[in-house]
Amino acid sequence: MTIDWINFTPWISSIGGLLIGFAASLLIVFNGKIAGISGILAGLLTPVSGELLWRIAFVSGLILSPLVYHLVAPLPSVQIHSNAWLIMIAGVLVGFGSRYGSGCTSGHGVCGISRFSRRSFVATACFISSGFLTVLLVRHYIG
Amino acid sequence: MALIAGLIFGLGLIISGMTSPSKVIGFLDLFGAWDPSLAFTMLSAILVSFIGFRRISIMDKSILGNAINLPLTDRIDNKLILGSMIFGIGWGLVGYCPGPALTSLMLGNIQTLIFTFSMIIGMLTYEFTSKKFA
Repeated sequence: MTIDWINFTPWISSIGGLLIGFAASLLIVFNGKIAGISGILAGLLTPVSGELLWRIAFVSGLILSPLVYHLVAPLPSVQIHSNAWLIMIAGVLVGFGSRYGSGCTSGHGVCGISRFSRRSFVATACFISSGFLTVLLVRHYIG
Repeated sequence: MALIAGLIFGLGLIISGMTSPSKVIGFLDLFGAWDPSLAFTMLSAILVSFIGFRRISIMDKSILGNAINLPLTDRIDNKLILGSMIFGIGWGLVGYCPGPALTSLMLGNIQTLIFTFSMIIGMLTYEFTSKKFA
């Protein structure tokens, strides 16, 4: 393991994290909801009355946030080097896995850990380590 | 308020670098040239949301009067472990998790659309088959 100092951005990444944590706090304190994005999105796919409006509002905020960002700074460009088939497979795995495991980076990784949920510690350890292994295999053995 | 929370959440994802798949892959490349930046994102996000969850623990209802919806189960089962590992594989393959994928939809990249569409298919697959797994 070596540290990639060229791309290392501790300050700006921490500031982004502060905003994410602040947004998660707003959602729980004002709406009483956990900012778990896979769960919020899945709730839009299988609508339950009374549970729809806040989900639409939150997801709209996410989707529209680049417009707000763009008022201040140019948007970063997206660079994905994978082919379309791999992207589809990855998308299905992310969608299915996050539902099967009841959460993703936001719900388990941020909200769950900050409220000391045992389940979320285990889930986060699992997806980070399988992410590490996947990148190890794809980048250093296959790619 | 959920709209504002979503906007701020999305801004946080963009600013931190979470919406950049190459940044995420750099973070997950522990055994290569590792970029630990996003660990700082997670830590600072956890610290700040800890305050929110602390606050809510002494409240009966949310400020807007909703019931507080926290998961009740504490059981660690195979479903949790297996699902999270499957999610991690998909995350490592391309570098997108659900939040950044949604936030990147308007960046006009066809690959993001393909990813998000496939992710929704994956979620629907779970919804329609979940009774078998329960």
